[in-house]
Amino acid sequence: MENYLRRRIINGLVMTLCMAATGFGLLWLVLVLWTLLWNGVAAISPVLFVQMTPPPGSTGGLLNAIFGSVVMTSIATAIGTPTGILAGTFLAEYSRGSRFGEAVRFINDILLSAPSIIVGLFVYELMVVRMGHFSAWAGAVALAIIVIPVVVRTTEDMLNLVPNALREAAAALGSPRWKVIMLVCYRAAMQGIVTGVMLAVARIAGETAPLLFTALNNQFWSTNLNGPMANLPVVIFQFAMSPYADWQTLAWAGALLITIAVLFLNIGARALASWSTFKQ
Amino acid sequence: MSPPAVRHAMPIFRPDLREGEAQPAARQKVLIRDVDFYYGGFRALKNITLPLHDKRVTAFIGPSGCGKSTLLRILNRIYELYPGQRATGEVLVDGENILVPGLDLNLLRARIGMVFQKPTPFPMSIYDNIAFGLRLYEKLPHHELDDRVESALRRAALWDEVKEKLGQSGLGLSGGQQQRLCIARAIAVRPEILLLDEPASALDPISTQRIEELIAELKAEYCIAIVTHNMQQAARSSDYTAFMYLGELIEFDETERIFTRPKQKHTEDYITGRFG
Repeated sequence: MENYLRRRIINGLVMTLCMAATGFGLLWLVLVLWTLLWNGVAAISPVLFVQMTPPPGSTGGLLNAIFGSVVMTSIATAIGTPTGILAGTFLAEYSRGSRFGEAVRFINDILLSAPSIIVGLFVYELMVVRMGHFSAWAGAVALAIIVIPVVVRTTEDMLNLVPNALREAAAALGSPRWKVIMLVCYRAAMQGIVTGVMLAVARIAGETAPLLFTALNNQFWSTNLNGPMANLPVVIFQFAMSPYADWQTLAWAGALLITIAVLFLNIGARALASWSTFKQ
Repeated sequence: MSPPAVRHAMPIFRPDLREGEAQPAARQKVLIRDVDFYYGGFRALKNITLPLHDKRVTAFIGPSGCGKSTLLRILNRIYELYPGQRATGEVLVDGENILVPGLDLNLLRARIGMVFQKPTPFPMSIYDNIAFGLRLYEKLPHHELDDRVESALRRAALWDEVKEKLGQSGLGLSGGQQQRLCIARAIAVRPEILLLDEPASALDPISTQRIEELIAELKAEYCIAIVTHNMQQAARSSDYTAFMYLGELIEFDETERIFTRPKQKHTEDYITGRFG
């Protein structure tokens, strides 16, 4: 009986420690989100979506930055998704067990965890220096380089989840390999792959470092992909560091917009994943 | 133990044959000759030789790991999906060796249908599951495709259960229905040979009975090879039985003989349940 009491006390103690650790971790997250909401909601107004980033001291919005972020994220996704899906397909379907496949997988994992500022510097050297100026293209390429390894990884993982029996069944009907992959494997893995793409988009939506070196910023409305282009992360960076109160307010608004966008992408990804084909 | 005891222990039940009625003579469709099979360095099949007859069911029995599924997987060369697996020897289908290198495997597999142990419906509608194979090699007008899908489902005894929901996912069907869907998919392309790899082992007794009835019906048109762990099933539904053990073919004969007067002691021990 004494032993039992001792065990109960230890159990209670450890339980309390676990809860405290969880609480400590969550506290910061809640504080971040609370501060963001507190400052951000006050700064949200319809003007944000119709006016350009202002010079200090006058009113303005974030339209050019929102537009730039959407454009560069879209181009990056358009480049990164097909590339990533094809490479992931190669790894899962064509190079199983081969040395080359192992090497590609390893390098991809490194790329997956590479600091984004390095990607920014790389594209700066590769495109900005050679072109002689910052450009939205360079920004999109930098973001695409971040998208690719995420999509490669999820595509490979999702295709590996497709049971071999399904491939055998399709092949046994006389289906050539590419049709097995296109018509059966992709269909079975589709939701997982789409989820991966959405998470990749969520990741690049808030990336600042790669854009700082590539697209830079632009105070004005610009649709020229060959020139510098405004975007939310860099605007937030620049405005938040400034001494002007109205710029700081706009930075809060931009931060809240990005967070909401990422939140919805994540919710979308989770919703998709939960009606996955492989529930069973 | 004497053989007569075996005879009573395992009555032969062939609902499709009336007593004393003989089947028309069977034509040899496939001849497996001196076949060896290797998983990497492991020799899983040793010198297998036996025929498969057209319009007959040949059952492969034997304990787990004896190579019966492996043998089936040679017949459509599905093992070639995996590197490191290879077969030597000859498999003659209508006199033509299908183990020769350079053979178009897709065309070969289109001629030889296969149904697996676990149901493998594709993640698409019931209709598309059946149409999948048809679209591969035939360019059918719309109404004809509909007809072929319907007739395949009817022959797999599934039509009445799914005719109202052809557009729904094949994954939503029960296990037994999924397996009949897979059989329908295999016969829709009108193959010459049907390979069944333990098609009923994951199913309940009622679904199993339906599959067996189906095999009895399909036999009229196909050369069927079935791997089974269930000896009653082999006895009920096959015309010939091959008993395999540790990669070797121990005995091959008419099913009735295997189950009543096996020549090998080993076979007798297995079918009477003394080992395995």
